Amino acid sequence: MSKEISELNLPDDVKYTDDHEWARLEGENLKVGLTDYAQDQLGEIVFVEMPELGDTFEKKEEFGSLESVKAVSEMYMPVGGEIVSINEELSDAPELVNEDPYGKGWIIEVKPGDPAELDLLMNKDAYLEMLKGLE
Amino acid sequence: MKELVGTTGLIFNEPLLWEKGAKGRIGFSLPRRDVDPCPLDDELKGDGPDFPDLSEQDVVRHFTRLSQWNFGVDSGMYPLGSCTMKYNPKTNERQASLPGFAGAHPLLPAELSQGVLKIMFDLEQYLAEITGLPAVTLQPAAGSHGELTGMMIINAYHKAKGETRSKVLIPDTAHGTNPASAALCGFKSILVKSNDQGILSPETISEVMDEDTAGIMVTNPNTLGLFEENIKKVADIVHSKGGLVYGDGANMNAVMGIVNVKKLGVDVLHLNLHKTFSTPHGGGGPGSGPICVTEELERFLPVPRVIEKDGKYELSEDYPESIGKIHAFYGNFGVKLKAYSYILSMGANLKKVSQLAVLSANYIKESLKGVFHLPYDKPCMHECVFTDKNQEANKVSTLDIAKRLMEYGFHPPTIYFPLVVHGALMIEPTETESKEDIDHFIETMKAIADEAKKNPELLLEAPKISKVRRLDEIAAARKPCLCG
Repeated sequence: MSKEISELNLPDDVKYTDDHEWARLEGENLKVGLTDYAQDQLGEIVFVEMPELGDTFEKKEEFGSLESVKAVSEMYMPVGGEIVSINEELSDAPELVNEDPYGKGWIIEVKPGDPAELDLLMNKDAYLEMLKGLE
Repeated sequence: MKELVGTTGLIFNEPLLWEKGAKGRIGFSLPRRDVDPCPLDDELKGDGPDFPDLSEQDVVRHFTRLSQWNFGVDSGMYPLGSCTMKYNPKTNERQASLPGFAGAHPLLPAELSQGVLKIMFDLEQYLAEITGLPAVTLQPAAGSHGELTGMMIINAYHKAKGETRSKVLIPDTAHGTNPASAALCGFKSILVKSNDQGILSPETISEVMDEDTAGIMVTNPNTLGLFEENIKKVADIVHSKGGLVYGDGANMNAVMGIVNVKKLGVDVLHLNLHKTFSTPHGGGGPGSGPICVTEELERFLPVPRVIEKDGKYELSEDYPESIGKIHAFYGNFGVKLKAYSYILSMGANLKKVSQLAVLSANYIKESLKGVFHLPYDKPCMHECVFTDKNQEANKVSTLDIAKRLMEYGFHPPTIYFPLVVHGALMIEPTETESKEDIDHFIETMKAIADEAKKNPELLLEAPKISKVRRLDEIAAARKPCLCG
């Protein structure tokens, strides 16, 4: 059974997209993952389809997909850029996306083409407002 | 409410055959040897295969018990949305088992296979008549195989014009296999969102359709069970940019004999004989997914094709622009035979099939509306889609409703699909369920909604009386054991 909005973990140190990815600036690169809301809605993740290292995508372009028992769901780039690292651990332990979505469950690391694109994403409060609108 | 269909009784456990029997036990006796023993070449010697030693009775009980664990459309209502689990009339099986058909060999020459070839030829004509699309191949072995064949034809069409197009439009209410079929032909799928009415808007198509787009794949009625009312306009837009329209005919059961698919603007359509035309399915087949195309695309159809010459039938390979062969011999002939039997036995009543299928779905929709949340409150086609929204307050989800339904003796509907509806319950009763059975299903769904309020544990712990309870789907997906 899915979480109430008040039960969701929405940290302050990441930015949010309307497709339910988060992005966190770490040095010059961005770590990207799935929000607590998205992992909760999808249910138990059983497979993560990753992009190749060195692939480049535009903002909002699909970079991979997640498979849960219920469905397959695409993941979209929060900003345009190049894939510099992927979370290799997820191939053996996709459940990390459910268990620790903002930590060990991170998905890709991106070198942004235009770091200013990050400012266009939502902060916690704006994302929370959006989620309330979805109810 | 009537007595429950789902009830408890003796369910037999049954081990693997290798765990049964005893050394030396056999189920038959060989006749006495009447020739002299002859030594075998060394290279032919070795240990025999590891077969269990069993009597005939061991084997019969084994498979009888396994069959009792099954639930099929012969056991009860199977309202699995998008799958058209209609009853499979037994006359189809009878015709398919006639020795002249069952014993036919695909390598026999045409002059010894006239009856078989005539049936294939006639079936193509019937499917052309039913869809309005004049040229047909019966080769594809499944709906998804038909999709692939259709997309290969669309690809061949653009190639013949000297064009390379890289994209295909796919609505969010299309069948799940559509993007895969497009991808196998090297196309990139572009997701098109349906509007707030659950159907495609011509404006949305105008925005994304361009001259690098090979066409659109439309499932009509779509997976929300809604008729794409703008299909003609959508097709006109796609055609105006040089694209083609692929129609996924998996939901043909809603419009058979009512809609002329060609007039809707569809260029290629696949049919699922194992859905609309009552041949058995589930458990992986065999299926049959013929495709029907316009005159313009006929030259690309797979070879061989059945042709008629001076009253004789033969297989012809003489189609230089054909995409080639897509199945060994000519597809799953036994399945086609059953569909042929169905079409002939129904005759003019084929139209009534669709009318009753749509009536049954709307009857369920109207009867359960309010009890279960109905996201698109408008007339539906052959299936209706509810959600678990009304049950959320009791912490009961679609999965729990589906599991509880099993205890009442019904196969659950399709759940969590289409993806555009959160917590979807997609119900397709088909025309073959009687009013009493549909009423019983409706009463059961109401009783479950009531239980969700008063005693949600009943749902959360279901199923309790089935052979197995909830399986660990997560472990099966994450750590699959594929070695037996």
